[in-house]
Amino acid sequence: MSIEPIPAREVPVPELSLVVLVGISGSGKSTFGRAHFKPTEVISSDLCRGLVADDENDQSATPEAFELLNFIVDKRLAAGRLTVIDATNVQPEARRELVALAREHDVLPVAIVLDLPENVCAARNAVRPDRDFGVHVLRRQRGQLHRGLKGLQREGFRYVHVLRTEDEIARVAVVRTRLFNDLRHEPGPFDVIGDVHGCRSELEELLGKLGYAVERDDAGRAVGARNPWRRAVFVGDLVDRGPDTAGVLRLVMGMVAAGTAFCVPGNHENKLLRALRGRDVRHTHGLAETMAQLDAEPAEFRGDVERFLDSLVSHYVFDGGALVVSHAGLIERYHGRASGRVREFCLYGQSTGETDEYGLPVRYPWANEYRGRAIVVYGHTPVPAPEWVNNTLCIDTGCVFGGFLSALRYPEREVVSVHAARVYYQPAKPFPVNPDAAEPARREPDVLDIRDVTGKRVLETAYQKRVGVARANAAAALEVMSRFAIDPRWLLYLPPTMSPVATSTRADLLEHPEQAFDSYRADGVPAVVCEEKHMGSRAVLLVCRSLDAARARFGAPGDAAGALWTRTGRPFFPPPLTAQIVERVRVAAQSAGLLDELDASWLLFDAELLPWSAKAEPLLRDQYAAVGAAARAALPVAMSVLERAAAAGRDVGDLLARTRARSANATAFTQAYRRYCWPTDGLAGVRLAPFQLLASDSTTYHDRMHTWHLDVADRLVAADAELIAPTRRVDVDTTDAASIADATGWWERLTAAGGEGMVVKPAANFLRGPKGMISPGLKVRGREYLRLIYGPDYTEPANLERLRQRGLAHKRSLALREYGLGLEALDRVARGEPLWRVHECVSAVLALESEPVDPRL
Amino acid sequence: MLLTITTTHEPASDLGYLLHKHPGRVQSFDVSVGQAHVFYPEATAVRCTAALLLEVDPIGLVRRRSGHGGDAFALGQYVNDRPYASSSMLAMALKEAFRTALTGRCNARSELAASPLPLQIHAAAVPCCGGPDLVRRVFAPLGWSVDASAGPLDPEIPQWGDSRYVDVHLTGRLRLADALNQLYVLLPVLDDAKHYWVSSDEIDKLIRAGGSWLATHPEKEMISSRYLTHQREFTQSALARLAEIDDTDADQLDNADQLDQLHNAVECATPDRSTPLAEQRRGAVLAAVRASGARRIGDFGCGEGLLVRDLLADRQIEHVVAVDVSARTLQIAARRLRLDTMTEQQRARVDVFQSSLTYRDDRLAGLDSAVLMEVIEHVDPPRLGALERSVFGYAAPVNVLVTTPNAEHNVRFESLPPATLRHRDHRFEWTRAEFRSWAERVASEYGYQVRFLPVGTDDVEVGSPTQLAIFGKVTG
Repeated sequence: MSIEPIPAREVPVPELSLVVLVGISGSGKSTFGRAHFKPTEVISSDLCRGLVADDENDQSATPEAFELLNFIVDKRLAAGRLTVIDATNVQPEARRELVALAREHDVLPVAIVLDLPENVCAARNAVRPDRDFGVHVLRRQRGQLHRGLKGLQREGFRYVHVLRTEDEIARVAVVRTRLFNDLRHEPGPFDVIGDVHGCRSELEELLGKLGYAVERDDAGRAVGARNPWRRAVFVGDLVDRGPDTAGVLRLVMGMVAAGTAFCVPGNHENKLLRALRGRDVRHTHGLAETMAQLDAEPAEFRGDVERFLDSLVSHYVFDGGALVVSHAGLIERYHGRASGRVREFCLYGQSTGETDEYGLPVRYPWANEYRGRAIVVYGHTPVPAPEWVNNTLCIDTGCVFGGFLSALRYPEREVVSVHAARVYYQPAKPFPVNPDAAEPARREPDVLDIRDVTGKRVLETAYQKRVGVARANAAAALEVMSRFAIDPRWLLYLPPTMSPVATSTRADLLEHPEQAFDSYRADGVPAVVCEEKHMGSRAVLLVCRSLDAARARFGAPGDAAGALWTRTGRPFFPPPLTAQIVERVRVAAQSAGLLDELDASWLLFDAELLPWSAKAEPLLRDQYAAVGAAARAALPVAMSVLERAAAAGRDVGDLLARTRARSANATAFTQAYRRYCWPTDGLAGVRLAPFQLLASDSTTYHDRMHTWHLDVADRLVAADAELIAPTRRVDVDTTDAASIADATGWWERLTAAGGEGMVVKPAANFLRGPKGMISPGLKVRGREYLRLIYGPDYTEPANLERLRQRGLAHKRSLALREYGLGLEALDRVARGEPLWRVHECVSAVLALESEPVDPRL
Repeated sequence: MLLTITTTHEPASDLGYLLHKHPGRVQSFDVSVGQAHVFYPEATAVRCTAALLLEVDPIGLVRRRSGHGGDAFALGQYVNDRPYASSSMLAMALKEAFRTALTGRCNARSELAASPLPLQIHAAAVPCCGGPDLVRRVFAPLGWSVDASAGPLDPEIPQWGDSRYVDVHLTGRLRLADALNQLYVLLPVLDDAKHYWVSSDEIDKLIRAGGSWLATHPEKEMISSRYLTHQREFTQSALARLAEIDDTDADQLDNADQLDQLHNAVECATPDRSTPLAEQRRGAVLAAVRASGARRIGDFGCGEGLLVRDLLADRQIEHVVAVDVSARTLQIAARRLRLDTMTEQQRARVDVFQSSLTYRDDRLAGLDSAVLMEVIEHVDPPRLGALERSVFGYAAPVNVLVTTPNAEHNVRFESLPPATLRHRDHRFEWTRAEFRSWAERVASEYGYQVRFLPVGTDDVEVGSPTQLAIFGKVTG
């Protein structure tokens, strides 16, 4: 014989809610809180009183204690954490504040009332020395409690649980329930289908195209559809305007009942439900036709429809929070929340309160501001083609207006569409029907939010977990970005700074290739490539296949088909000249077969633009040439005065020798900068040396060998040798002395002939070592070029000796951080992430560039 | 870095006494920037030449200066003309080498020291902003006959023109001490490239100390202000580093110092001299703000905060949101407005923070009026759309006041060369028709009405120097 277990008293509590414990002093609220919730979930007024006044019973500190309590609750609810309030809460004013707080965060308020007899509470208080208040206090509290009990629902508590005996309280099992909108455990895959509006035949066609088998009843009517691997999600507005609302409802209701589809309500369902319930609604916007269609159906069907509509949940959160479906979209703060205003947003969206020239409400562009990681798919506002805006997609392509019925395949992010058979309904505002099948486009907001780039920032990248940007550096980057940079929709990337090799120990040099080979060998890299360092300015070039391609992907700011920018994001040239370069490279890429081979609608190149004087003529003139001119004006005069002094027998021999040496150094300096100047006229004289393909469409290329990149460059050179300059290079085996000697000789010849030097890179391109990323490149600059950096006289032995003490650690760390951020930006571009996610990386690179580091490195 | 002093006074070798340096010896001594050498290439009874050669140690120079911020220096600190130029460093060496001679004391030849002597001075590579002509203007009034010429900046690149290094020969009869003093003060003065603001009492001090020759010099104001300001320490901001990595002049990016003053430099030369144009502009904007009855005002692009100060002085105005894209400008504004020491009530009336009008910024929403005074012309035309959207679309104040130069009026500025913009950071300057068409398009796009007002004398032919557009949101 078994003993019947005492059934538990179940107290359901939504997973995300504000639980308000209500009970007089001594009713056991704190004990209850400890028994059923995590310690950090329970915020007690006593604790807060203690925190602000060092005494949990100091009633004079009560106002401050509740300010603190509200503050903590505010932070917890904002973060989406269940929170329990442990305070008497017997007064309606106290509860009103908490209900308001819950509503502010769109979580459900729940009341758990511990209504124990007064004598039980009094007995408990009697054994606690700090609770020495009289019975009249308890009596007053109990009176307040009882007066309020009935009105708790009305006060806004969604659930009220009243526990009246010690026994009942002892048997309580708090059960956390999922919110109706919480389908995070459903990973998909899904097909999210746009506004159907009674277009049943298009819906059947679309379901067929998506691989669903439509199920029919005896009368041949569609009553369900099934795809063994996928489920459909309807964004609402199934009804009104179209020819067969009843048929659509029958099909969708069948799918939802069978578990082959989910459905959220649209504003039209909401209105239809009210009409079916006999409320006074205006039969406009197609409702009259719907009612007529439903009137033709049996009453039973109308009852089913009413129950179905009533059961619909404002929005769904799927796949661990990665996908949100709602009729009119949803701001991130409302995802998975439940309140009247969340439902209102889901049904109607956000309007600015204004109306446009057609009398339609002006929608607030919430998607432009959206910064969430979850994809939000919605309908409500018909668009000629689905557009990605910051991870949100409107999938209503205006079927009933003669457009398309579209579905987004998730997680594939592909759009599948079928044409409307005809125009079923004339829209109030002319609907521009897209003649082509609806391919999802992107629309980047032309204005980004300042919060994406200001203040102290920490960016998470796949390359270095957390990269920090100091406030002052972010401020400098913001200023430069705002005042000088090109449109952020073009600015996908800024090149990282590059570290020089470790300082050479050779008597007459600061930099020499051997340190580069040593460094990579020590990192376990056997194969490196030495690339000639061009004598120009770093440039990034974006080339689109066509103006249309530029519009579809980047919005084509300035009606351009590409852009060319410097390492701080400035344009090199005015728009017409930029357009010429972009066009020349496009033609070259086309004729080299690159665009087709890579199936690219755009290409992003890392390059060098020559001559340096094309960008930096003022610098060359005002700084470098000035040094040469000053030396020419001073040193020969000094030499002749010294020679006269020597002839007159003065002992100036050493001084004369030093002055002669300095004169020779200054001449060498002048020769060094002259190599960077040649006249250009329009494009004539300008050369572009691409050396790496950074990205195209959804691909990045940092995992391709550098030989591949250089082959790409060579093909461009072959197609347009006048504009595009090749990059000379040598492959090196860092474990082979002969190979190293060859490369060293190559570098020596290159620099002896006036070359700037070379960059040594791992042949495999991007590499990770045991200690993180391996340096993507080390520059080895030539002896003569370095005069422009360290001054004409740096080669004097005494000067070289002092210059060898240069600290490279900061520069190296900076180079790696910027490299990682740049790659992260490219990854985000390739993944089609919203522009602000790219822009924050690009801005961070610029901000890091403003860190103080020896500019000669 | 080289100066020679020659006399033909007989016996010429007395020059050694006057300079307190023996003509037969080569004397070297350490100075802060390197080593100075004094020697005599020629010392006969009829002609004696003393040479001062300064050997600058460029690397030591940077290391000594950089101190703690070891690596925070601009490349310009490492590669520059200082080791060759005869300027402030040579002047300092002159002072070190000829300290006694500069005072005019000479016990051995006191009479000679007090009398004018036939002197020839040769300074090689004198950097002179203003060229040989300025050298003549500066030295000729002092009694020198001046022979000055500049060589090409780069003989192989003739289109770059002449360099600013002038070979200076001075011939005249002067007291040696006067000659030395003049070189000491004037070599750095010639070098100076830019005007910076100097208070008037500092100038007075120099004029008193400069002795008789400076007090009566026709160029004394230019000399004084250049002398007092030429040694501005170049501390490098984060911003300047961004200029440098893109091979740009830091001053082009960081115009915090210059905006107000450079405007004035051009615009002061107007017939409205009685009230500077900048002041008239602020007056007109204030009047428009008051007329609209606005309580919450945004000053977008507040610069150094002059308008903010005026707005705060008006008790009708409840709150001012002052933003600028330059963090450094905001520091200056905070200092000028004395934000730190304001009373709490005053402080609560003003917010000052960095923002950018090409980004959306929620903090700029909900204002009655926003002022963009001389702002739009600093934005590249392709980026104006972003400014329009963030100001008129997102911040969307009830009124927007925009001022900008009227390009037609530029012909009235005497100091402005034709086809030049009033400020080098201006990306454009619009005619009245251009401004009007821009403003009208923006107004219709964003639901505003717009009217226009001239600011400054409204010239019949070319209009007022500044144009003001007042946008009002269309309600309902």
